Amino acid sequence: MKILVPIKRTIDYNIKAKVTRDGSGVVTDGVKMSINPFDEIALEEAIRIKERGEAEEIIAVSIGVSGAQQQLRTALAMGADRAILVETEEATQPLHAARILLKIREEEGTDLVLMGKQAIDDDANQTGQMLAALWGRPQATFTSKLTFEDGWLKATREVDAGLETIAVELPAVVTTDLRLNEPRFVKMPDIMKAKRKPLDQRKLEELGVEAPAKLEVGTHEPPPERKGGHKVESVDELVAELKERGVLS
Amino acid sequence: MSRTLLIAEHDGKQLNPSTAKALTGALAVGHPVDIAVFAADAGPVAEQAASLEGADKVLKVERAENEHPLAATLAPQIEALAADYSHVFMPSTTFGKDVMPRAAALLGSPQVSDIMEVLDAHSFKRPIYANNVIVTVKAPSDTVVTGTIRTASFKDAPAGGQAEITDKSLDVELPGHSRFVELEVHKSDRPDLQSAQRVVSGGRGVGNKENFEIIYRIADKLGAGVGASRAAVDAGFVPNDMQVGQTGKIVAPELYMCFGISGAIQHVTGIKDAGTIVAVNKDPDAPIFEIADIGLVGDLFEIIPELEEKLG
Ligand SMILES: Cc1cc2nc3c(=O)[nH]c(=O)nc-3n(C[C@H](O)[C@H](O)[C@H](O)COP(=O)(O)OP(=O)(O)OC[C@H]3O[C@@H](n4cnc5c(N)ncnc54)[C@H](O)[C@@H]3O)c2cc1C
Ligand SMILES: Nc1ncnc2c1ncn2[C@@H]1O[C@H](COP(=O)(O)O)[C@@H](O)[C@H]1O
Repeated sequence: MKILVPIKRTIDYNIKAKVTRDGSGVVTDGVKMSINPFDEIALEEAIRIKERGEAEEIIAVSIGVSGAQQQLRTALAMGADRAILVETEEATQPLHAARILLKIREEEGTDLVLMGKQAIDDDANQTGQMLAALWGRPQATFTSKLTFEDGWLKATREVDAGLETIAVELPAVVTTDLRLNEPRFVKMPDIMKAKRKPLDQRKLEELGVEAPAKLEVGTHEPPPERKGGHKVESVDELVAELKERGVLS
Repeated sequence: MSRTLLIAEHDGKQLNPSTAKALTGALAVGHPVDIAVFAADAGPVAEQAASLEGADKVLKVERAENEHPLAATLAPQIEALAADYSHVFMPSTTFGKDVMPRAAALLGSPQVSDIMEVLDAHSFKRPIYANNVIVTVKAPSDTVVTGTIRTASFKDAPAGGQAEITDKSLDVELPGHSRFVELEVHKSDRPDLQSAQRVVSGGRGVGNKENFEIIYRIADKLGAGVGASRAAVDAGFVPNDMQVGQTGKIVAPELYMCFGISGAIQHVTGIKDAGTIVAVNKDPDAPIFEIADIGLVGDLFEIIPELEEKLG
């Protein structure tokens, strides 16, 4: 089995995004960029599957600016075998990203696409489901446990009601939830070794993927601020204030 | 043809409260709204949907495969139904998040996730970057509009409606590559997190699973639903369905009280719509105090018993 792991370059999850002064977007200058945390979990899972001998090759793919090479190098250092950067200045929306990933999947012939459930920049939570739809294959989203048996995979999914288990036939798309695993730290020697691993750079235009309909993105604004309140000194004061606000009787 | 389709969420017997909230969001578009119930036996749920005020028609789509909702089998049916509609919505719950994008892709429609405000029939506001940024997006007018509706942003559509219920049969071939195995539900008699008027949450500061009893006790005293931070879920104090935040549930109670939660942005995202936020934390510099309406610095193991006593 070959596994394709999409890696999105996003602003680091510890950073609180700020709207640019003109409201056209989000400040990225000088902001730390990282692998989308859910994609890191997807990659970790792929590496564990390979370590168990259930996969032969892991291909990391990113769609984005040239700087995304940095995140792909990290993915290679973690344990991906090779990487592909589909270079574009445009911030591709999920339906577009799904079409591009479908094309790369076709070229590579991977049976499993293991990816994040959500990119923490657009918070769309769509791309995996859309890829599965366009590919006509099953999806196991929000997965927190994954096993393989006889060409099928069993996924336990984190859903609002609890934990759901489904079985789907390979090839398939799996999207990851936080609890699937804890990604490993990259070690110095691995970073050195990763420099020699192949990273194939391709231009989006040369892929021959037609751009789908898209959402027109308008103004960005900060959310209505919650006026940070105040502190009280005692439980008595707390109870009194809750009564005053009418939330306790 | 300007007509909106809302896909009902249910467990086969009960309509999920997310549907009533999503209906309010769907009605804001300004077109008649039909509710589709996909089930093996849709009768009881269709009745409940029909009683929501504002629903125009309720469509029962019954077939054996619809007993357990799976994205792979629902999406092609939604695609077929969508031919009669300009808008298709689902609630932004794990159900809607799983199914809607799959249907949207089949329809060639760029989905609007987590709609928090409807500006006009094609323009919406939605949160991005863990709710730290709100963006306005406009859906194209030459494809069906698809979206998920953020339930915390809309009130329940009230009861009192009498929508007509009709059967709808769809001639769609369904794939056999996806199967439901089981659903492990964490049974609880406490109010549902996403619709509760009061929610009490505990974080890593609670220490362990046994200690979490203290959170349940104060919640029961207040008649509150119980939530938790990701750290509390990861540490095994509570099951995953109790997680509040960016990757958990978004809650909008009148009163949200959290104990031993630091206030990471991913957690705070999930509680911004609460009426009054109370935080109890022993660290006076915990970020949670920056957004809490009322903060109390102290040890939760001393404060909760005192609070219980004073609540009578
Ligand atoms: C992509 C991503 C998504 C995430 N999604 C979510 C999400 O949806 N929801 C979520 O909650 N987190 C989420 N997280 C995790 C988040 O970043 C934080 O790690 C988490 O919220 C911390 O939980 P906590 O506040 O319980 O723990 P900590 O940050 O460890 O805080 C514990 C707090 O308890 C206090 N404390 C300790 N003992 C006591 C005591 N006896 N009395 C009073 N106070 C005490 C401490 O002072 C401290 O402030 C996500 C992270 C990532 C990377
Ligand atoms: N530009 C991209 N490059 C690589 N992977 C992507 C890209 N956009 C989305 N993805 C993948 O799709 C997942 C879900 O993204 P989204 O639908 O935008 O929330 C991410 O976790 C990635 O695995």
